[in-house]
Amino acid sequence: MTDFSRIDAVLDRHDRNGTRLVQILRETQEQLGWLSPATLSRIATGIGRPRAEVSGTASFYSFFHTRPRGQYCVLWSDNITDRMLGNTDLMDAMCKKLWLEPGRVSEDGLVSVNTTSCTGMCDQGPAVLVNYRAIPRMTQARLGELVGLIREQKPVAEWPAEWFEVEDNIRRKDILLGHELSNGQALKTALERGAQGTLDEIKAGKLRGRGGAGFSTGMKWEACRNAVGTGGSPAHYVVCNADEGEPGTFKDRVLLNSYADLVFEGMSIAGYVVGAKKGLIYLRGEYRYLLEPMESTLAARRAAGLLGANILGKGFDFDIEIHLGAGAYVCGEESALIESLEGKPGRPRIRPPFPVTRGYLDQPTTVNNVETLAAACLIAAHGGAWYAGHGTEKSAGSKILSVSGDCERPGIYEYPYGVTVRQVLEDCGATDSQAVQISGPSGICVAAEEFGRRIAFEDLPTAGAFMVFDETRDLFEVARNFAHFFAHESCGFCTPCRVGTTLVRNMMDKISRGQGSPYDINELFKLHRVMQGASHCGLGNSACNPVFDTLNKFRPAYERRLKSLDYEPAFDLDAALSQARQMTGRDDAAAHLSNEETT
Amino acid sequence: MSPTFQLDGEDIAFTPGQTIMQAAKAAGVYIPHLCWHPDFPAHGSCKLCTVKANGRFGSSCTMEAQAGMSVENRTAELDDKRRTLLQMFFVEGNHFCPSCEKSGNCTLQATAYELKMMSPHFDMFYPDRPVDASHPDVLLDFNRCIMCSLCVTASRDVDKKNVFAMGGRGILGRRIHINSESGRLADTNFALTDRAAHICPVGVILPKRKGFAVPIGERRYDKAPINEQVKEPLKETAP
Repeated sequence: MTDFSRIDAVLDRHDRNGTRLVQILRETQEQLGWLSPATLSRIATGIGRPRAEVSGTASFYSFFHTRPRGQYCVLWSDNITDRMLGNTDLMDAMCKKLWLEPGRVSEDGLVSVNTTSCTGMCDQGPAVLVNYRAIPRMTQARLGELVGLIREQKPVAEWPAEWFEVEDNIRRKDILLGHELSNGQALKTALERGAQGTLDEIKAGKLRGRGGAGFSTGMKWEACRNAVGTGGSPAHYVVCNADEGEPGTFKDRVLLNSYADLVFEGMSIAGYVVGAKKGLIYLRGEYRYLLEPMESTLAARRAAGLLGANILGKGFDFDIEIHLGAGAYVCGEESALIESLEGKPGRPRIRPPFPVTRGYLDQPTTVNNVETLAAACLIAAHGGAWYAGHGTEKSAGSKILSVSGDCERPGIYEYPYGVTVRQVLEDCGATDSQAVQISGPSGICVAAEEFGRRIAFEDLPTAGAFMVFDETRDLFEVARNFAHFFAHESCGFCTPCRVGTTLVRNMMDKISRGQGSPYDINELFKLHRVMQGASHCGLGNSACNPVFDTLNKFRPAYERRLKSLDYEPAFDLDAALSQARQMTGRDDAAAHLSNEETT
Repeated sequence: MSPTFQLDGEDIAFTPGQTIMQAAKAAGVYIPHLCWHPDFPAHGSCKLCTVKANGRFGSSCTMEAQAGMSVENRTAELDDKRRTLLQMFFVEGNHFCPSCEKSGNCTLQATAYELKMMSPHFDMFYPDRPVDASHPDVLLDFNRCIMCSLCVTASRDVDKKNVFAMGGRGILGRRIHINSESGRLADTNFALTDRAAHICPVGVILPKRKGFAVPIGERRYDKAPINEQVKEPLKETAP
């Protein structure tokens, strides 16, 4: 089969539909290894879109390669929790064994090694992706074997199966993870109660979005249900946001691995309420390995009459399709996610209009978090009053936390809302804790004196991440890791975020090198104010949160790095010569310059 | 009588559906901006036009005017943020004003004068942004690109050619993609007569063989500052 006939087969499978471009690019790359200029031209012609748009989209996503990539592409998850588990040493060792520089493809085109944003394996890191297949729990021993297999050029599909086993690590169950619903039970109750009746229960259950923002699910569904579809093919859509990209969060991975039926059922109930016939799941590319199991679950539900036409004989038609992301954190923002579903770069839209009135294909769309949809099943089955009886007054129900970092038992913990940080720390076996990063880098850094605070929308709202740092950890390094994350993930659309995240990263690196001064600290505060007020979406608005929090709560971690209390130049005379030294192969005393202070 | 809102304490009339920016322009009031152009839908990326409407920050090019709304525009707080945003533009690209053909006609430069930006302030990024001199009539100097996407919109909506698209991600990746497999402008159907050839607010898209036809000192913003040229239509460089 020639390359072009493979591309054409992918195009045909997607009806040459340009709104499916991201899926077309992904499937083509899975077959051909990378997306060459000729491949992109073929795809552009095939879908009838300008070539510049196709290359513009391909170059937006970290997991798409528009330059030849190694036969083996190894990406080390680089969340702070992976760092704490020693990923840097392992990656360095790997590069040494393979005679490689990070980010470069080896001369023979065999392998490349680099880092990637958190892959959602924080409770079982350090983790890697090899050709976009997840391998958790890396060790020196496993690394040696893995490098051997790469040298032998053994296909990844033939690598030891146990390497790819991802654990659920469910440590505490509450009403959701401990549910005893049978497949179809919640949906059947919803269909019997009617769309309006089910919506009333969701509202009575005071369900709020579990992605972190906490918007009322009932209000969202109602606005979507009341909005009118427009144009040639008016419709309503349900989108499940499974782009779980917030570093430190991995609860959706567990829900989709072991509770997929509940999630799909929640989507069906949402579809029934808002009047949608189609649901889409946007699954982050890092969870590619979940695609086939999820497809089988969908097939089983179709066979059981829980998806498809005339569901449970009640005249309700609904089906679900899975779309995969390709390495872009910003796609977790609901309008960026919709752009990506439509085959475009994941750039947040101008709002209003909001997705509930103009979302996927400009039609009314409700975008809900995986956990929200699963929780909707509980309300559909047990009623709103029952659900609202759990949790606190403003935060009904339960919350699943993804616990990682310095504790004995990292994993998944479900609690009724209102649990204190201290209680969670006790349960997961964390001792001498210095701080907890709640809800990931864009969330809140909580210091020890605040451990009495509660997980709830009225106190500590969270998407689920709960990263624990004990007394030995350096909170400055935590914030610096997050600054690098945001600089890498900024979509680049708006000025404050595109440039600001890089300025913050550079300043944190400058302080880390011991070249910082109080001046730089003031600059960080200034950038925080500019980015928070002027950015286009939540990414830029919250990108300085970790720096701001740690500066306020852990100031000594910064100050002990400051070289002086006055201005310090960023320019390092000796470092500027390093390239020249590398080129000439010299490293003797005469090839070094002393900086001013030492002369 | 048309409804009004307050812009820095001054009553501005608007027609329902108009954005704050559109209403301000119609009234001859200057709100700093780079990516907004009256002929095209708002892009909302430069964020220079950020105002405080009823106490909340927002882009005036995308926010609809509401009767009775109170909008802050040229306050010290907002101009301070704008100055920082301008400095961000100057450090992320390579801007050589003294030798730039667009000097005096450049919106970025004129806005920086208006906001009294005295230096780039931050460390320069010095990005590597190759020029495209392949086209017989037009030079593309991406060193000055401010990612406003006006060329993308003009080529798509007016010229119906889709010569440009904004692609890539973040500070390193985001750039204009050219509609040809080679990535060169010469291999597209771009022409000097295209609207897109004359829409660039900075000095990226430059006609060849037309250097310094109007001497520096006699150019648009040499004659009057940008805040005094709100009402007259934007004069785009003649081919």
